[in-house]
Amino acid sequence: MSTELLLGEVTLGERLPILEKEVEPVTVVLGAMASRDWRPQHHDYKFATEHNGLDDIIMNTPNLAAWFERYLTDWTGPKGRLGRIKFRMRDSVYPGETMRFVGTVTGIEKLDDEVGWVDVEIELSAGGKLCVGCEARIAIPRTAEANPWKLKGDDWKP
Amino acid sequence: MAVQSADDLPEEVRSWIGQERYSAKTEFPIEMGYVLTTLSATQNGNPLYWDETVAQKLTDGPITLPSMVSVWFRPHDWSPGRTEPAVALQLHFDLKDRLGLPEAVMSDNTIVFHEPIRPGDQLTTTQILYSVSAPKTTKLGIGRFWDFGVRFVNQRGELCAEERYTGFGYKRDEREGASG
Repeated sequence: MSTELLLGEVTLGERLPILEKEVEPVTVVLGAMASRDWRPQHHDYKFATEHNGLDDIIMNTPNLAAWFERYLTDWTGPKGRLGRIKFRMRDSVYPGETMRFVGTVTGIEKLDDEVGWVDVEIELSAGGKLCVGCEARIAIPRTAEANPWKLKGDDWKP
Repeated sequence: MAVQSADDLPEEVRSWIGQERYSAKTEFPIEMGYVLTTLSATQNGNPLYWDETVAQKLTDGPITLPSMVSVWFRPHDWSPGRTEPAVALQLHFDLKDRLGLPEAVMSDNTIVFHEPIRPGDQLTTTQILYSVSAPKTTKLGIGRFWDFGVRFVNQRGELCAEERYTGFGYKRDEREGASG
């Protein structure tokens, strides 16, 4: 990945490149373990189906957060710095489905002379259903030399 | 944030609203193993986390993925002397217990990121209940919504993140799913 997106290259209403990923059982289990989420609905089929009434084990929210971050920074490059992210869970993501991330730029704002904010709405669908709505705010540089990660304290207003 | 609650809440639950509870330190220093596993799990090739030169240039050394903030306060599933598995977000489980709502899902989750979390950091978290709704009926069953949050501060007293959740605790009456 070599992208270094600059604020001036972003347009309101722009669609981010779509990301698709087929979900396998290991996608669910590895993500749950990586996020230290030991709850059985993320690794135990019998518990998920018989106790929780689900169709299968399900992707856990913290790992989905990491997927959203990956989707955003694939687009911005490593200087993209997340300021805020909000999820609304609509439905579950199961093995055998394909996750589809579709993002749209909904806001562009100057933070200072070097850095700006981009607001992005993302829809994650899987198995033909909308599973998660996400609103994210990410800081990106306005110049090739600028770096949002250098902002600290009161200069960082997410 | 305005503090509000339903009128019919048990007094014990009402007393929790607005109070900082469960102040706790992370069980181990922040480390990159979980970061690399998360990058692998999400097939994330961001060089900020894979390339030390990039990390040094952009962030003065390695940092963790911002979205992983909640990972660091999830307890071990077992540790010596513990008789039952510990749970993260104990406040959420206390609400389920005290309100007699055995099932729960998280509907909304907002995270605001501040100072990056670095390997070796020791975080302190506190949990705060903001509100509990009156009983509601959804496709999952009859229950209540509650809003609560977690603040993350590092060993230097710097705010690293604030996380807000909306949970729905319920008694199940049909099979429908939502991510946990």
